[in-house]
Amino acid sequence: MKEYWRSLEDLLPAEEAPQEKKSSVVLSEGADSSSNSRRDFLKYFGFSIASAAVLAGCERPVKKAIPYLIQPEEVKPGTANYYASTFYDGAEMVPILVKVRDGRPIKIEGNDLCQMTGGSASARVQASLLNLYDESRPAQPTLDGNPIRWEDVDAKLLETLSTWDAEKEFVILTPSIISPSTKQLIHDFKTKYPFVVHETFDAYSYSALKEACHKGFGSAVIPSFRFDKAKMVVGFNVDFLGTWLQPTAFGRQYASARKLTEGQREMMRHVQFEPIMSLTGSNADERIPMSASDEGYYLSSLYMAVAQRSGMMVAAVKGPDAIDKVADELVALRGQSLVVSGTNDVSIQSLVLEINHLLQNFGKTINVDKPINLYQGCDKKFDALLSRMESSAVGAVMFWETNPLYHAPLNGRTKEAIKKVPLRIGVQSQQTETALVCSYQLPAPHFLEKWDDMELVDGVYTITQPAIRPLFKTRAPQENLMAWAGFEGSYYDYIKLYWKDQIYNADIAKGKQFETFWKISLRDGIVVDKNKKGASLTYSNINISSSTNNYNSPNSSNDLELVLYQTVPVGDGTLANNPWLQELPEPVSRVCWDNYVSVSPAFAALRGWSQGDVVDVNGLEMPVLVQPGQARNTLAIAVGYGRSNAGRVASDLGKNVYPFVELKNGHRSYSLPKVEVVATGGTYELAATQSHHSMEGRELVRETTIAEFLANPASGNETHAKVEKLHTSLYHEHEYKGHHWGMSIDLNSCIGCNACVVACSAENNVPVVGRNEVRRSHEMHWLRLDRYYAGDTDNPGVVRQPVMCQHCDNAPCENVCPVAATNHSSEGINQMAYNRCIGTRYCNNNCPYKVRRFNWYDYTGADTIPNNRVDPAGMTLDLKRMVLNPDVTVRAKGVIEKCSMCIQRIQDKKLTAKKDGRQLADGEIKTACQQTCPADAITFGDMNDPQSKISKLLKDARQYGLLEELHTLPSVVYLSKVRNKDKNKTLS
Amino acid sequence: MYVSPVREPLISGEKSYSKVTEDIYAPMTGKPGKLWFGGLTLALIALGFGLFSIFITVWDGIGTWGLDRTIGWGWGITNFVWWVGIGHAGTFISAILLLFRQKWRTSINRSAEAMTIFAVMCAGLFPLIHMGRLPLGFFIFPYPNTRDVWVNFNSPLLWDVFAISTYLTVSVLFWYMGLIPDIGTIRDRLVPGIKKKVYSFLSFGWTGSARHWARHESMSLILAGLAAPLVLSVHTIVSFDFATSVIPGWHTTIFPPYFVSGAVFSGFAMVLTLMIITRKAINLEDYITKAHLESMNKIIIATGSIVGIAYITELFIAWYSGVVYEQYAFVNRAFGPYWWAYWIMMTCNVITPQLFWFKKIRRSFAATFVISIFVNIGMWFERFVIIVTSLHRDFLPSSWSMYSPTWVEVGIYIGTFGLFFTLFFLFIRFFPVIAIAEVKSVLKTSTEKFIKKGK
Repeated sequence: MKEYWRSLEDLLPAEEAPQEKKSSVVLSEGADSSSNSRRDFLKYFGFSIASAAVLAGCERPVKKAIPYLIQPEEVKPGTANYYASTFYDGAEMVPILVKVRDGRPIKIEGNDLCQMTGGSASARVQASLLNLYDESRPAQPTLDGNPIRWEDVDAKLLETLSTWDAEKEFVILTPSIISPSTKQLIHDFKTKYPFVVHETFDAYSYSALKEACHKGFGSAVIPSFRFDKAKMVVGFNVDFLGTWLQPTAFGRQYASARKLTEGQREMMRHVQFEPIMSLTGSNADERIPMSASDEGYYLSSLYMAVAQRSGMMVAAVKGPDAIDKVADELVALRGQSLVVSGTNDVSIQSLVLEINHLLQNFGKTINVDKPINLYQGCDKKFDALLSRMESSAVGAVMFWETNPLYHAPLNGRTKEAIKKVPLRIGVQSQQTETALVCSYQLPAPHFLEKWDDMELVDGVYTITQPAIRPLFKTRAPQENLMAWAGFEGSYYDYIKLYWKDQIYNADIAKGKQFETFWKISLRDGIVVDKNKKGASLTYSNINISSSTNNYNSPNSSNDLELVLYQTVPVGDGTLANNPWLQELPEPVSRVCWDNYVSVSPAFAALRGWSQGDVVDVNGLEMPVLVQPGQARNTLAIAVGYGRSNAGRVASDLGKNVYPFVELKNGHRSYSLPKVEVVATGGTYELAATQSHHSMEGRELVRETTIAEFLANPASGNETHAKVEKLHTSLYHEHEYKGHHWGMSIDLNSCIGCNACVVACSAENNVPVVGRNEVRRSHEMHWLRLDRYYAGDTDNPGVVRQPVMCQHCDNAPCENVCPVAATNHSSEGINQMAYNRCIGTRYCNNNCPYKVRRFNWYDYTGADTIPNNRVDPAGMTLDLKRMVLNPDVTVRAKGVIEKCSMCIQRIQDKKLTAKKDGRQLADGEIKTACQQTCPADAITFGDMNDPQSKISKLLKDARQYGLLEELHTLPSVVYLSKVRNKDKNKTLS
Repeated sequence: MYVSPVREPLISGEKSYSKVTEDIYAPMTGKPGKLWFGGLTLALIALGFGLFSIFITVWDGIGTWGLDRTIGWGWGITNFVWWVGIGHAGTFISAILLLFRQKWRTSINRSAEAMTIFAVMCAGLFPLIHMGRLPLGFFIFPYPNTRDVWVNFNSPLLWDVFAISTYLTVSVLFWYMGLIPDIGTIRDRLVPGIKKKVYSFLSFGWTGSARHWARHESMSLILAGLAAPLVLSVHTIVSFDFATSVIPGWHTTIFPPYFVSGAVFSGFAMVLTLMIITRKAINLEDYITKAHLESMNKIIIATGSIVGIAYITELFIAWYSGVVYEQYAFVNRAFGPYWWAYWIMMTCNVITPQLFWFKKIRRSFAATFVISIFVNIGMWFERFVIIVTSLHRDFLPSSWSMYSPTWVEVGIYIGTFGLFFTLFFLFIRFFPVIAIAEVKSVLKTSTEKFIKKGK
């Protein structure tokens, strides 16, 4: 065989091959170093590095995705579909778009075709998506705790209904039904079974407002309030930006009336009298603490003052100073003002109506000809129902998504009354306390799984359409009625038929056939019939002389009062089993995962209490939170907590204070005139996301008054010019040849509703960490709303500032990352390469805005190590993981994350424009926070485009960068806040 | 003959060359005492606890530490800087004092160098385990890869990697270089067996020939030349971790010299703490004398004063800068929620070392021992103050928070003590604590005999 040689050495005989020179010095007898060549060293070095790399990159288990057997026509893998639908939780109604990816709803956005909300949505609307994937949802029908098939349920109930004793009532207890089809269906059901009685029960009662309207207008309606048409709003104990009636719509109206732009130089003035520091009060230009028991006095004084100024002959009553001044202002703005109160008391609401009547606000800022159909419940009717139950006149009750045992226990009376009803049927999409006393527990679908329609205001129709097949063996309550009445078809057919017969008409059709009209309606989600008018109502004076007599002096007792209120995240508690909502800090106290007794600083000082001391309020032990701005002798506790049967997340969070709610003059009263409170000596740590409440004199939120602003638009923002003058650098700045993304946040528009925070969490798969982790300041929100107090602790000024990654062009975080995991994009975005991050947290330390979030534990289940999850809210369950946005990486343990300016949305729109072969239009890209903002406070766009909205805002005199003196060159800018008040004159 | 009254003999007890070898070799022979076993056991327990704490950290996450969204570094980096600081004495003593021909260093350089290496090993642990994703820690090395990703040479953390690894390498080389003649000595005293084989391997064939000595000396000098700037550079670069940032209290140009002197200060204190015990425990009182103590205390007083001036300069500059954040940071240090840490630091680092102006105190083993512990504590708190109090209240008050360590962090710190002492106990058992060859060079036996004769 031929031998091939590779080199000369091979060819030459061994002896002749040039030998390596033997070292002349033998280093030691033992150590033979000649065998370790440089090549070996490199070999071993390379091998060890490679094996380290291989070990580190160990393969994760592969999960298989199974493709569709038959591809649905409209589903393109990787492309989201949006379906128009409507959110309604028994309280607020918001038209929405549901983003569906690969068959899974993953995000809710406001429907921008709706004039009322303009495409915005509240925190609760955003979060309601997660209730769909709630593992605690009732999954199948049960009878006395045993699973039962739907056919058997139908058979049994059909039999019951067909052999019904006509003497007894069969009560259907629903929340306010605003669906015209459902109303018709219940009507049809009642026609079929005449013994059926439909009663309405609202989780949170507004029945006094309706009764007052009944007195004044002759019809129990809830009028449409138009904050946007008002030049002055005076609120009494009302949180219309947070929880009252329609906060999303009101927030939008409020912000639009207070916006300062090139064209709009006038700003609505807002004065608030309230016992607790509400979100609304914290936004007011002037806020006067007032105990709940003094509300009548304040309002009757205001009535007297306005009446006097309106030329009515009334006895001169010396009211509080502030009221006199407010009356002067109100009278000057007759027909352009609005006085509202959130107290569920007829005499109070009557006074408010009378004041508004005197101010000629009806038809302008208060419309009764287009009332809103929400909150149809009447406490007196509910009371009557309980009496009928107690007298055994009711043979059956069906709780249709209602939970009166939790929301109105009324000293146990509700429970006793319900127990007297022989047949109790619970129909609910979530676990409820009331369901526990029901023999039949019939699961209902989440609103994203079912068909429905809504009519919020007469003539404004919206559709709820399913975005996913039911996850569990659920059936819509309407389908139940249809099955038990023996109606043919599905509820969808019923709705369609109803629309064809009742809604479809020549005007609304615009020449289209019904099928086309229906499809357009489904696509748009909203149809407006302009010709449908409500009844024209005229106002006749309410006799309020007894009220003015009763309320002619301030409350002189020193009793401690208790105010029960709804928080922005949890509201009445219906959606409580929702990790996103529980983790959302309450906008004023910035506490999450608990309710607490808030007390005024003066009272806390008097008793020597501080935050976290446990006190006993009428037998309920709760931690104290010292709330600046609260009325001195007032305690306040949020409702909506202490759910005993709500599911995994909400059960046993906080304490339930609904038992404190009693009927007063026939209406549920959310305040107690006298409570006893003593310290128990215990302490409890509240999960607060902010522990320091002063700006420490730093120019973080810049503020001015309207007068100064009109004189000099840059007032309060003088530092900006100074900093700009010093703007210089040794280094070259980044060059942006294409886009340069920027964001502007108008602090004057932001109302602090926190909708953006939930929208961000939903869009960007932000982990939920739970109460204990929040206590340790481990919360993960990419966007937070800083809240600072200034001035007097009894009545401080409040400012807010949404803070997310500022995408600095001279970013301190980028310099310090040893592995360049965080770097700057060519479009000015400070981006995170999660794969590259090794978690030194240096970037977080060096971030002056502290917006970077570290994955302290395996919150998401994305870690390679099994069994180390910290997931108190079940967010790593397969069911809940269905909510994850597939366009956004789920971050593993040990990685820093932060706001990406919704880079996935930017990329999506850029690609769409590219495919269409056109320029990207300004405003086409909307970040999640911007999209949902009711106040339109956030503007996003290309700073390189001189025509873009953001470029124009950058020239605004109110514009400044947070901590701009550090020369971080943030791409997020703020517009300073303006208060509509005279610097030298204040009311109080 | 005229004998200088100023210079005390560096070694007392009229040692002969062979006596020196015997004295120093003694702790390595025979069965180790109960003290040694007890100490080693304790150290191993601490080490085990530390390893368990590290395991918890890696398995469950950094969430097991007391850090939060505002405070990204706590005990971990405090301990890192503290240990690196301690690791400064050895090389300072052996390299810089060698270059300055300070002969007294010969008695302490070996153990100080060993301490340096062990301390740097302890220090090096922290940057690794404080990473959120330890298994991917190798990303920090600029190795060529197909993904075309490169490290960020702008980051002081990367400079740290190079600084610390270079320092460790050079320190190990330098220490081993010095050990070679002594290992040769030990090898020659051993009976044939495995032990002898190991030592012969380690001695690199040392014969003590003039040529070997010449090479040894020149190599020592070269390494000393290399190591001397490293002593200054390592802590300079560690200080850059803070100085190059924007955080008030960190963003300070004074940091490099301040950190280096602080490091030498703490390193010397640690050497003193250990040597005072060691000389008693293994009967080396003649080799480590009051004279050594005094020389070292003089360095302590010098570096301690520099540190004190630095503290005051910081305060002055904060006031003079007119920057509200800067001013607040320093007011907050002294009077904020962590005031106690600041005042512990001030007392231990600035006030106690000034006691060494009294000759009695600086020549007293007991007093020095106590003060050296104070300095160790003070220097630990200095790092804690710089890291935690600067971070916990920075620019935006909304994000301010408080920090306290968890048992895991404390456990890791205890673990590094375990590692340090485990290595130290093994070191005193297997290697001569004092450089036998070098200490012989300061032994003036013939002169002393001559003087005696004259009397």
